[in-house]
Amino acid sequence: MSLQEQWVALVTILRKEVKRYLRIWTQTLLPSAITMSLYFVIFGSLIGSRIGDMGGFTYMQFVVPGLIMMAIVTNSYSNVVSSFFGSKFNHSVEELLVSPTPNYIILLGYVIGGVSRGLLVAVIVTLVSLFFTDLHIHSFTVVVVIVLMTSILFALAGFINAVYANNFDDISIIPTFVLTPLIYLGGVFYSMDLLPDFWATVSKLNPLVYVVNAFRYGVLGVSDVSLTVAFGMIAVFTVVAWCYSMHLLNTGKRLRQ
Amino acid sequence: MIPALTIENLTKQYAGGFQALKGISLEVQHGDFFALLGPNGAGKSTTIGVICSLVSKTAGKVAVYGTDIDEDFAAAKKNIGIVPQEFNFNMFEQPFDIVVNQAGYYGMPKTLASQRAEQYLRELGLWEKRHVPSRMLSGGMKRRLMIARALVHNPRLLILDEPTAGVDIEMRRSMWDFLQKLNREGTTIILTTHYLEEAEALCRNIAIINHGEIVENSSMRDLLRRLHREVFIFDAVDDLPDAVAIPDFGVRRIDERTLEVEVEKGQHINEVFAALSQSGIRISSMRNRANRLEEMFVRLVEGAK
Repeated sequence: MSLQEQWVALVTILRKEVKRYLRIWTQTLLPSAITMSLYFVIFGSLIGSRIGDMGGFTYMQFVVPGLIMMAIVTNSYSNVVSSFFGSKFNHSVEELLVSPTPNYIILLGYVIGGVSRGLLVAVIVTLVSLFFTDLHIHSFTVVVVIVLMTSILFALAGFINAVYANNFDDISIIPTFVLTPLIYLGGVFYSMDLLPDFWATVSKLNPLVYVVNAFRYGVLGVSDVSLTVAFGMIAVFTVVAWCYSMHLLNTGKRLRQ
Repeated sequence: MIPALTIENLTKQYAGGFQALKGISLEVQHGDFFALLGPNGAGKSTTIGVICSLVSKTAGKVAVYGTDIDEDFAAAKKNIGIVPQEFNFNMFEQPFDIVVNQAGYYGMPKTLASQRAEQYLRELGLWEKRHVPSRMLSGGMKRRLMIARALVHNPRLLILDEPTAGVDIEMRRSMWDFLQKLNREGTTIILTTHYLEEAEALCRNIAIINHGEIVENSSMRDLLRRLHREVFIFDAVDDLPDAVAIPDFGVRRIDERTLEVEVEKGQHINEVFAALSQSGIRISSMRNRANRLEEMFVRLVEGAK
């Protein structure tokens, strides 16, 4: 395929992905807006007012970056896992597999689709958060880069989950039993400084700690971990996830007989 | 002329150890209408799966219009259109989007893709349904949608895996006409079907596969010529006598107005009519007991057991 044909194929996959999640917006976009609004009301306004400052900011200001990042992570992941598994389940993935579209374009199409939903939900959640607090971006560059890297990483993770999934239970196990605990323990609602030394050290094994803190740095200018380490960790995870996803596509594991 | 499809010693062994293909070799010429027949589980769909990359081969060589799939699968795929046995499109998408998207996967710009989608959806009688969710289409419409999707990039080789399964007779006939038109216009077609009269009516060449091996590969005419015996059913106008005999022919009275007559190669059916006429038996109609190809198919497949 020429580069122009590959571009057409990429745009086609992306258009299909965007159309899919916009068509079912009540399942894909609305829940995050409602859930995050509840978090803002309960943790930010009701409980947060009794907690007081954290890291030099009101509790509401402190949790907003983590909650936005939580929405990006879950939406990037779930878009790709549900879409790709769905196409495996109804065999429509064969439309792509029999075509000359290169594997990296297939992967890129699904990943960009997941990233676009993550970003769209991030915008919605950010707009909702403005009803509860003021946001002043500390570093726009850090915010943009970390949002893109994170959504790419979790879109890739969703892809890997989709390839291995045999049924619809399999695509909810990882988000429920792995992703959600990691997010909650990733410093969305608290600063690492509050943890005893042992648990603070253990927390550093959680990749979500780096994601949440890097984003919090971009918004508030404070972080519990080094920004360089955070970017480095996310970059390494992303490269590994990309290579593994390509390996799955190239070998046809669980896709071709 | 480069063959449309060349298969050499193709082998497929699944992870569990089951050998679906045992070194089959096959050649389909450009412009042919080729039947690939075999009982369930014979290896037809596996062969097709390997050609279009849904199944990984264990060994052997496959080339589409001279392009080896191991060397440049993308180039080979551009020449192939596939209509699989099972519905494999997203039932929530609309037919128009399904066809346009498929064109996009082949790198076709959207304007051209939309034109082609309109052309094939119209030709296959789906244009009025283009914006209906695909799950609302009838079984026959879904099959035609898969044909439109397979044709949108104008493949030189169209592979149809039981395209008329579950389709009513009228619709099947119109699909035959459409496929014959496509073939006349230069598209090479490989057809698998369980309707042997379909293969006999449409295809010029045939391969029969059984237990992962090719048990027959010849022209349809040659294959049918080898049929030594045909059985005809005669419907009488009036009630038949209890015993009907025709010298040199095997005759069996099925019921009071139906006769079954075996005609060996070299015998003439006129002799049957003459004998019946002499006995005062008037015939209103006559037909083959079974499709001729079906007889041959059963014989070959049974013989391989």
